[in-house]
Amino acid sequence: MAVHLDARPPVAPAPRSTRPDRGTRLSRLDTKYSPYLYIAPFFLLFGVFGAYPLGYTFWVSLHDWDLLGAEHPFIGFDNYSQLLADPDFWHSVVNTLGIFVISTVPQLLAALWLANLLNRQLRARTGWRMAVLVPNVTSTAAVAIVFAVLFGREFGMINWLLDHVGVSAIDWKANRFAAWVAISTMVDWRWTGYNALIFLAAMQAIPRDLYESAAIDGAGRARQFWSITVPLLKPTIIFAVIISTIGGLQLFTEPRMFNSGTNAIRGGPLRESQTVTMYMFENAFAPHYNFGYGSAIAWLLFALIAVVAAINVLLLRRLGGGSRKEVSR
Amino acid sequence: MFTFTRRRLAAVALVAATALLGTTGCGGDDESAADGQVTLTVDVFGQFGYADLYQEYMASHPGVKIVERGTGSNLDEYSPKLTQWLAAGKGAGDVVAIEEGLLVEYKANPQNFVNLLDHGAADLKGNFLDWKWNQGLTADGKQLIGLGTDVGGMAMCYRTDLFAKAGLPTDREAVSKLWPTWPDYVKVGEQFTAKKTGAAFLDAATNTFNTILLQTAGNTSGYSYYDTDNKLVVGSNPAVRQAYDTTMDIIDSGLSGKYGSWSEEWVSAFKQSKFATIACPAWMTGVIEGNAGPAAKGKWDIARIPGDGGNWGGSFLAVPKQSKHQAEAIELAKFLTSAKGHIGAFKLKGPLPSSPQALADPAILDSKNSYFSEAPVGKIFAEGAKNLKPVYMGPKNQAVRTEVENAVRTVELGKRSPQQGWTDAVANAEKAAAK
Repeated sequence: MAVHLDARPPVAPAPRSTRPDRGTRLSRLDTKYSPYLYIAPFFLLFGVFGAYPLGYTFWVSLHDWDLLGAEHPFIGFDNYSQLLADPDFWHSVVNTLGIFVISTVPQLLAALWLANLLNRQLRARTGWRMAVLVPNVTSTAAVAIVFAVLFGREFGMINWLLDHVGVSAIDWKANRFAAWVAISTMVDWRWTGYNALIFLAAMQAIPRDLYESAAIDGAGRARQFWSITVPLLKPTIIFAVIISTIGGLQLFTEPRMFNSGTNAIRGGPLRESQTVTMYMFENAFAPHYNFGYGSAIAWLLFALIAVVAAINVLLLRRLGGGSRKEVSR
Repeated sequence: MFTFTRRRLAAVALVAATALLGTTGCGGDDESAADGQVTLTVDVFGQFGYADLYQEYMASHPGVKIVERGTGSNLDEYSPKLTQWLAAGKGAGDVVAIEEGLLVEYKANPQNFVNLLDHGAADLKGNFLDWKWNQGLTADGKQLIGLGTDVGGMAMCYRTDLFAKAGLPTDREAVSKLWPTWPDYVKVGEQFTAKKTGAAFLDAATNTFNTILLQTAGNTSGYSYYDTDNKLVVGSNPAVRQAYDTTMDIIDSGLSGKYGSWSEEWVSAFKQSKFATIACPAWMTGVIEGNAGPAAKGKWDIARIPGDGGNWGGSFLAVPKQSKHQAEAIELAKFLTSAKGHIGAFKLKGPLPSSPQALADPAILDSKNSYFSEAPVGKIFAEGAKNLKPVYMGPKNQAVRTEVENAVRTVELGKRSPQQGWTDAVANAEKAAAK
């Protein structure tokens, strides 16, 4: 030990103590390495539950893997080439993106509006703020079942209400666009309040004097909202968009529970509301039990999310930079 | 030195603890009780009607406790779960129910199940209808995967109140005479629909399609989507085309309520009396009672099925190799599939025995179902059961059936013309079979 200590190069920072001992050396090692140990649990868990399944799924996707079969012959990228030429897969991609767009856009607008309302001087303000989060606490499955009943063709309340205003009944499950709208409603019901709270937190960080000076300059409430609140919220909005992207592209419970009966996983006889995750499930489990093909779908979904997330990051750079300029008065 | 060793130790311990957390999650389900009691888990779907039989078995076997899972669940939810358990080598019950459609897939991978022939099951052959016994055997006949529970002999269930409203006879003999064939059934349906009772004539075209197909196939070639060489014959088997065309007539006459079978709407339609007839394999009587509820008691009755005979569904009990109590599980499966077990199940929930002894038993033959206006269900179903003609099922039967029925459903919903629907059915079936 002592030899090592003596061998230290003279360029090393001057020791605080004139008599360096093992304690200080180890304490430096400690400072250097223990942070890694402190963050290790995350990476360990990520390795076990994130990286390993990812790698294993990829491995499976290179095989003709019958879920129950004893042998799984290696077939290279056959599953992928078959998948890229599979119209049902692309159909599910379009469904997923469609539902994503018509759920996320109104959702974020509504959340922004809600947050703005909640940011005002209200009676029982905390109560209101908690209330918008209630849909998020209820079980997704329960929400989906209730909504599936509301959107029923013959016995649903929505069609009953439509009937009262003279609109003829809509077959929500058998019409592709109607199914998208119904599922988007479920998603929005659940996530609008959550995003509103995120926006609210960001709004409260905006200095009050900005609004005061705007008011002196004669800006009305609407003008203040669009010219001060929204630009300063841009990074938060981008955050909400990314979170919604990840959730939206993996949408499963809502569309799955929206459909009931035999092979609900198909999302309707013409796959009207089948998302990518549902298509993955249909292939990996009942009725096909083709685990390899299902794994290939999972990987393409991963790629799809990566692409959409990359687009979001680009947006974030541009818009985020823009808003920073606006802040630096 | 001592201080930071301890600190590092703490860090290491933290990592170890986290790692352990991951493993304990999967390792903590040792179910064997300390007191020498064996708990047997039975996985089922729908209604198998075993509750009373369990009580009896537990009374005579004090060391055994039986837990049933999945009662009332949908077959579509049950099958993937069971398959996952088998693939994972963990999680399945000690005795599992397998529907005949899924059995063909499991027979292709028999290594997941105990070979019941190694456990004295060969002596039980006489307890089952021949074809039911053979269905449980692998292709080479060397392994018996499952012992038969029920068969799905057919009838037509109908609502007497709706028939009366439409001016049709309500007596089951008279109703049976209305429809010797499916075209007659369509004609009665047209008369019914013309009276505008506010209800449809039947629940879903897919259910009727499957009934006609199994009947036609049973009476002709003996196979439906696959021939006995496991070649896909959706497009060339006349039985499939004939069933499809008859179903198109039904759709064309506007007889279907278009409720997707087993959907929430379908269940609601039972409760709201929205259709008058439903093709009724024996096990369906329990489903109808469950869906329509006590309010509809005495409003249903059972008549002859149009056409002749047919078998839809029926299940088997098997013991997965992963069971830790195989010997006990095999004994229980044998008990539940004995003639006595078949009778007990029939009495409770109506699944029709596949045991000739049970079918000849007065307990079955004389039984009446009070929910179905005291219909002599034993006589109606048991008499036809011995002459049932089974339909062969190929390896991807479930996936192919799904495609064909979905094609029928697109026509029913007006999304496709009958001709387009047929093209879809054949093309999608081929695609599904290749997956």
